[in-house]
Order: sequence, then C-alpha cells, then structure tokens
Amino acid sequence: MSLRSPLGQAKGLGSAKEGLHHWWAQRVTAIALIPLTVWFAFKVAILSMSDYQTVLESIGSPWSAALIVSLIVAAFYHAALGMQVIYEDYVSHKGIRIAAIMGTNLLMFLLAAAAIIAMVRIALGG
Amino acid sequence: MSSNNRPLSPHLDVYRLPLSALLSIVHRGTGAFLTLGTIVLVWWLMALAGGEEAFMSAQSFMGSFFGRLILFGWSFALFFHLCNGVRHLIWDAGYGFEIGTVEKSSFAVLGVAGVLTFFVWILAFSLDIGV
Repeated sequence: MSLRSPLGQAKGLGSAKEGLHHWWAQRVTAIALIPLTVWFAFKVAILSMSDYQTVLESIGSPWSAALIVSLIVAAFYHAALGMQVIYEDYVSHKGIRIAAIMGTNLLMFLLAAAAIIAMVRIALGG
Repeated sequence: MSSNNRPLSPHLDVYRLPLSALLSIVHRGTGAFLTLGTIVLVWWLMALAGGEEAFMSAQSFMGSFFGRLILFGWSFALFFHLCNGVRHLIWDAGYGFEIGTVEKSSFAVLGVAGVLTFFVWILAFSLDIGV
C-alpha cells in the first residue's frame, strides 16, 4: 500500500515528452557556433602579436563584444549539453551521474558569467 | 540458445576501428577537451579585462612553447569538432549515409580541419615576422 495516488505512480513512467529539447538546443547552438568560432579563431590569430591597447579596442568594439558574448552563451550551453550526454553514456552510477551533470552545469554557468563580466568590462571600460 | 550467427558488438581490443568509428569517438574526445579549453578562453578574457600587466603575462604564457602547444592542440580540436559537427548536421538532415560517402566525408573532415588549422597559424606567424 502506497500513499502515492494512482496518477502520481503513472507519471514518471514512460516518455517525459521533452526528449527533443536537448537534441534541438544542441543543434541550434551548433549552427550558431559555426560562424562564431571561425570568426573568433581568425580574430585571435590576427591579434596574437598586437599590443594591449589594440587588443582591448578590437575585442571591446560594440559588434565584436556582442559576437563574443553570443559565442560565450552558445559555447557554454553547447558544452553543458554535450558533457551531459557523455556522462549519461559512461557513468552508470545514478548518484554520481546526476552529481556530475549538475556540477558541470553549475561550473559552465559560472565560467560563462565570468567571461561575460570580463567582456562587459572590456567593452565599457572600468 | 538457437542462433549463433547473430552480429556481435565489436571486441574493442581485437577490432580495428574503421575511420568513421575512430572519428566518432574523437568527436567526443575533442568535445570534452574543448569544454576544458573554455577555461583558457575565460582566463584570457579575464586577463584582458584586468589591465595591461595581467594581459601581458597571459600573452607571454600563450607565446611560450607550452602555451603554443596547448593553443595548437586546441585549434585543431576546435576545427575538427567544427567540421565533423557540420557532417553531423548533414546526417541529421538525412544525407550522406552511404558507406562510400561516409568514407569520403571522413577524409574531407580531416582535410578541411587541417587546412583551417594551417591557415590560422600561418596568419599568426606571418604577422609575427611582419609580412
């Protein structure tokens, strides 16, 4: 005899009907990252020998800053989704798996926040 | 036990992975490696935001042998994951599943990733020597 209602017992069995969202978000961020990463890689290569002031102005110009913030959001979201799949495939212990996914999500959020704060400072000066 | 002629999963230690299978696992590996690499990106942006002194010390590390080694590995991992990711998107759309096509696109992924890595480094070094 359980105190859970019949509806409560039936829920959680079978498809949660939200499996597509992860897959779709992975693709949307992937498509966004195609131009963003190519642009950023070549920009960094061009700036590799420049002095501090030149790099600061180039990275911090409005369009550049907007693209880099977009890159950061897409990249960390994409990374969190991808790492989740890796854990789900290889970590069999449920508790460790959930902890790994949650820990990675929180760390990705923190790193993205740090990068965006850095970009705000670079773009607005401070 | 009726049938013993059912296909078996490949025994990984005695089975030579076809190129497509090798690239598949390398896609995962580079994905995880790039996730770690984002820490370098955050560190570099933080250094740039932190002022000239912090930025110059970050730049001198990046310009050292070890720094360049990391950046080189990172740039190839990035371009490989990018090119193979585009191939995955094409597969998602339903194209390119023939074995011969997969073999060709595997080489194309490696080739384009190599060319992009080459160009990005040529660009950086040509500016280095002032061409």
